Amino acid sequence: MTSTATRPSITSAASNYLDERTSISTMVATLGRKVFPDHWSFMLGEVILYSFVAILLSGTFLTFFFDPSMTEVEYEGSYVPLKGVAMSAAYASSLDISFDIRGGLLMRQVHHWAALLFVAAIVLHLLRVFFTGAFRKPREVNWVVGFILFILAMAEGFTGYSLPDDLLSGNGLAIINGMVKGIPIVGTWISYMFFGGLFPGDDIVPRLFVLHIMLLPAIVIALIGVHLVLMVVNKHTQFAGPGKTNDNVVGAPIMPLFAAKAGSFFFIVFGIIVLIASTFTINPIWNYGPYDPSPVSAGTQPDWYIGFADGALRLAPGLESEILGMTLSWNILIPMAVLGLFIVLVMFYPFIEQWITGDKREHHIAERPRNNPTRTGIGAAGMVFYAVMWAAASSDLIATHFQLNVFQVTWWLQATLILGPIIAFWVTRRIAIALQKKDREILLHGYESGNIRRLPGGEYVEVHEPLDEYESWKLKAFDSYEPVMVRPNAKGRITPATHVRAALTRWFFEDRIAPVSRGELEAAKHDH
Amino acid sequence: MSAEGHAPTEQREVAVYDRGAAVVQSDAFENPGLPPHRPRQTDLHPEKERRAARQVVLWFLLSMLGSVLAIVAYIAVPIEPGDMGTVRFNNLFLGLGIALALLGIGFGGMHWARQLMSSHEVVEERHLSRGSEKSRARAVEIFQLGDQESGFSRRSLIRNTLIAAVALVPLPAVVLFRDLAPAQDAVEAISNTMWKAGTRLALDPSGTPIRADDVTIGSAFHVIPEDLTELGHGEGYLDQKALAAVLLVRVPLDRLNEQPARAGWSYDGIVAYSKICTHVGCPVALYEQQTHHLLCPCHQSTFDVTNHAKVIFGPAKRPLPQLPITVDDEGYLIAQSDFTEPIGPSYFERLGNIDPEHIPLTAAELETRA
Repeated sequence: MTSTATRPSITSAASNYLDERTSISTMVATLGRKVFPDHWSFMLGEVILYSFVAILLSGTFLTFFFDPSMTEVEYEGSYVPLKGVAMSAAYASSLDISFDIRGGLLMRQVHHWAALLFVAAIVLHLLRVFFTGAFRKPREVNWVVGFILFILAMAEGFTGYSLPDDLLSGNGLAIINGMVKGIPIVGTWISYMFFGGLFPGDDIVPRLFVLHIMLLPAIVIALIGVHLVLMVVNKHTQFAGPGKTNDNVVGAPIMPLFAAKAGSFFFIVFGIIVLIASTFTINPIWNYGPYDPSPVSAGTQPDWYIGFADGALRLAPGLESEILGMTLSWNILIPMAVLGLFIVLVMFYPFIEQWITGDKREHHIAERPRNNPTRTGIGAAGMVFYAVMWAAASSDLIATHFQLNVFQVTWWLQATLILGPIIAFWVTRRIAIALQKKDREILLHGYESGNIRRLPGGEYVEVHEPLDEYESWKLKAFDSYEPVMVRPNAKGRITPATHVRAALTRWFFEDRIAPVSRGELEAAKHDH
Repeated sequence: MSAEGHAPTEQREVAVYDRGAAVVQSDAFENPGLPPHRPRQTDLHPEKERRAARQVVLWFLLSMLGSVLAIVAYIAVPIEPGDMGTVRFNNLFLGLGIALALLGIGFGGMHWARQLMSSHEVVEERHLSRGSEKSRARAVEIFQLGDQESGFSRRSLIRNTLIAAVALVPLPAVVLFRDLAPAQDAVEAISNTMWKAGTRLALDPSGTPIRADDVTIGSAFHVIPEDLTELGHGEGYLDQKALAAVLLVRVPLDRLNEQPARAGWSYDGIVAYSKICTHVGCPVALYEQQTHHLLCPCHQSTFDVTNHAKVIFGPAKRPLPQLPITVDDEGYLIAQSDFTEPIGPSYFERLGNIDPEHIPLTAAELETRA
């Protein structure tokens, strides 16, 4: 640079300065033109990341003013209805943030709305990955990392919700206290240590604060880093399409198009969160009053993402056993076990499916949900199971809004919790198979053009037009599986696992619809 | 799309993975390749390109305006202490300004990217996620060297004692957490409340003692022990309240279905029950006058006050503990003793904390549920 006659520009001088000290040109050379495929559903993961940035920024602002202490103070701020009321410093400082600090309420609402969006986007992203089979090899590990992030996000949400020490959040902690006490042997002690003695005690808010602003975010940031690095290593999946194969990525390069789109999208997500926060109230803690173990209002609900756990508690049977002087609270243990099993099944689903299919190849083409009807059915069943528990967290509001008996609403939800997933599985699977049949029909006989012709014999027919080769590729290109036979292994034995696997492949692939082949298409042409 | 249809090129290392139950389609179609690039309107018409460029600039200008408006709102729409309307306007205008500033950059940048930047699709090769054969072999070699040079496998005593030492090292940290809670035994701490013989029943939160005559039929009183109000917040006011909160109800005598052994626990149809739900400990604060049912708003456990607060619906299993009450010489309601069993949610060691004088309800009385 310096040897040439022209003076280097400031940017090139700065780049050179940086590269001579960091070798950053290597990174730019490797990643700068890395290609990202484009599909609207790939945006969901970005929403997660960008709302997380909004959470970090607004949360940092809040820590400058929030006092995580349960010391008793007399409120002297500007919210008149609570003047002179004894409350914790945490609640008082939350009120100050809302009413005495300009922009404080805005930042509180940005923080809360962004948190709700964060978890919602995680759930949608998770569903997208599940239904398109994007968790298949080599992305199983990243699925597990992502799922742990989902659980951490809920933990972040719950710890944050509890910090203002208002009536609702304290009541949420009372429920946690009751649940923990239901754990055999260690429950009483865990609760005692957690709350620093009796519930609610003076310690829980500062302890949750440390978890909320330090420990959990550190783990979340680290795991987001792992998640993104693995995404770069594995490269993003793409949907089947002309020119898109399992061995390439087609899309926009990071520099400049993807970076421009992603960067702009960050500002759009952040802007929409601020827009919502400036126009819609969320969690008006001043209406609830400080925490007091005695009062509670009807129709209270947790934030939406905790609903499924609360609903599971509501639907549980009222069972308890007293055996040999021990008390076993089945009304708490059963929902905890069911939720635990549900979480484990979702988290390890990629490994289960791979064991069933035995397919060890790498898959980079995101499947259309219809092309794997059994998986799509399983996903729908899981969604219904979750949704019923979630709806159950509002069983009292459903009853009051629709003028129903809350007992009957609960019984209906209990029945739906068991029957709903079965029906959802069956119906979804049939719909997926029907859609596959429709795809075959369109490929073999063309699509309905809407053009009606009268034949010389007086008969009317609708003209079917064939798809062009680009459009039809999407419908032809998918993996197909068939049930495996029970075969002896290398030692000549048939293990029970072989039988189970064979039965599961039958369940998965018995009704399979094979992709259209060239021979079939030729045969169909000759029919006409 | 089948992996078979696109065999890896020769330069690429081949790793053949088991395809399991996947079917190889012998007669599959060929991928037609990328469709021809379709130009955008801005590629075809220079005037549209110029218009898009102007629109991008406009969005960025609007963003600048938004930033200025946010600062103006911060100063010009202050919060007047005590005036909630000013809080709302401060929040609204400050927020709208910031939102415009952010959205202006976002929409402008997106418009630029979508309308003006090159829209040609770029194709990049994928490779198997695993490392190259060379690096895999080198990694194995490095681990072997590491093992040889350190003697990790050979010196098994050193290795095993190291593993044991590392396994033990977190244990002091576990012990360190004991003092998260006070020295007192957890089970003892939660098993008793402030109620004792002679404690007056007082209104929550004022602490005014309650006379039996004041309790009219159908009314429900939220009750605390009279001496609770002497406790400050730093001295465990909320902790004790969470244990001792009581709901007091007067039921018509003909509706009250009392077990004879517990007949002495009520006074003239006035009964007192712990307000803390036996499910997970929410306050059972909703009283239905007509049915004399107590409903927990958290999980809908429903207790029948006319039948010793037995559970008639919901996830709770046990009835609410009853506080034995009577009146003193001045006509004030007082407790005869503490609760005879632990209040609140069940815990593992609960049966060990039931007093000898506790009168359990018989199984037959507990049976019927809605």
